Amino acid sequence: MIQVENIHKSFGENHVLKGVSTVFEKGKTNLIIGQSGSGKTVFIKCLLGLFEPDEGQICYNGQYYSKLSIKERRNLRQEMGMVFQGSALFDSMTVEGNVMFPLDMFTNQSQSEKQDRVDFVLKRVNLIDAHKRYPAEISGGMQKRVAIARAIVMNPKYLFCDEPNSGLDPKTAILIDNLIHEITQEYDITTVINTHDMNSVMEIGEKIIFLKNGLKEWEGTNNEIFKTENTAVTDFVYSSELFKKVRQMYIEERN
Amino acid sequence: MKYLEAIGKYFIMIWEVFKKPTKWRIMKTLILKEIDELIFGAMGIIIFISFFIGGVVTIQTALNLNNPLLPKSLIGFATRQSVILEFAPTFTSIIMAGKVGSYITSSIGTMRVTEQIDALEVMGINSLNYLVFPKIVATMMYPFAVAISMFVGILGGWVAAVFGGFAPSGDFIQGLQMDFDPYHVTYAFIKSIVFAFAIATVPSYHGFYMKGGALEVGKASTTSFVWTSVVIIILNYVLTQLLLG
Repeated sequence: MIQVENIHKSFGENHVLKGVSTVFEKGKTNLIIGQSGSGKTVFIKCLLGLFEPDEGQICYNGQYYSKLSIKERRNLRQEMGMVFQGSALFDSMTVEGNVMFPLDMFTNQSQSEKQDRVDFVLKRVNLIDAHKRYPAEISGGMQKRVAIARAIVMNPKYLFCDEPNSGLDPKTAILIDNLIHEITQEYDITTVINTHDMNSVMEIGEKIIFLKNGLKEWEGTNNEIFKTENTAVTDFVYSSELFKKVRQMYIEERN
Repeated sequence: MKYLEAIGKYFIMIWEVFKKPTKWRIMKTLILKEIDELIFGAMGIIIFISFFIGGVVTIQTALNLNNPLLPKSLIGFATRQSVILEFAPTFTSIIMAGKVGSYITSSIGTMRVTEQIDALEVMGINSLNYLVFPKIVATMMYPFAVAISMFVGILGGWVAAVFGGFAPSGDFIQGLQMDFDPYHVTYAFIKSIVFAFAIATVPSYHGFYMKGGALEVGKASTTSFVWTSVVIIILNYVLTQLLLG
């Protein structure tokens, strides 16, 4: 579980986060949504410890990040997995090398133990014949799956994803969403996803927080988002005609 | 003020490079890879340039020593001094700043743009140690490249002198051995180690702290070449004053 208590973050004159508080529960897929520039990326980078909040606290399973020593912070980082928007795979390494990298860096496992673990996670993300290929030789969807495999290879307690299905076709995007959702439940991970994709919101949003101008404007579930009367949320989520119709149908069905 | 800030940031980066080291087992592989990439990968161009520079120095010296009272051995002497003191360590370093420096900036810059550096940081890895330290260690092998450059430069001079008809082989070799001071080689190696540190770190700084996209990677490579060359030229002056002055 991650507890966020009133965090503020500024860059010079630009006050990006203006006091955001929320709780991300274990075993749930938590989504952060909002327009570009609303502070989502800064928020997720604060959660990752890449940015230190100017004010406020972030608590990981009862441990306040600001009170941890450098060594404790380093250990905590090893409990986090991250899937970047562009996958951020190491170009010079094969798929297998990318997934094995955290094991090489942080464990003293034998080569065969590491190989078994890599084979297992690659199979889990449905990548079987790509071990020896380089990131440039595989599709965007496969790169995302490799990034997920790399993020979960160390059995993380926390999984962060920055727009995991951007640039993917709708079918692959749904596959990636479902994969993250399944892994979250299977391994009881606290997952936080930063997304613009409304399909993700509807499909896997067990908890959604909507950021606007650096403030939490709304929070709820994917079912509650249909019913909300918050105009900022409805303007954002139901900006397309398709989603307006979906919402209309949902309301009519309920009545 | 901007330059002062950049200089401060550069020294903070150097400090960070030596903190929180990566596992030796991993680091060893990275260092060997960088030696292959930065030293052996540059040997071809170093040998090519050194050979022809040695030849040109010899021809120019020979054409300027047209007084019949001056011995032909001076051609060998002047070639040796020019190659050992200046051409091998400094000229080669400028070439290396272009070849190796832009490679370092563009590879680290691309990692920055594609969030690979963020991925390292998120995993709790000291990205500066992981990326820059192996390059610093690899470039410490640079005096070997300079030694080869000296040898090939003098060989190029001998070929130009003998086959160009500027001096007989015996006179040229006699000139090479005339008043030889081994300290000049030490001076050249000290210079090359200092230059090597600049060649590894200045381009790393430009790559690591770059902002923007693919276009900015190209711009950062150019800027890093300019600044590495400037640093080498300033250090050359300071070291010459300190070591020979």
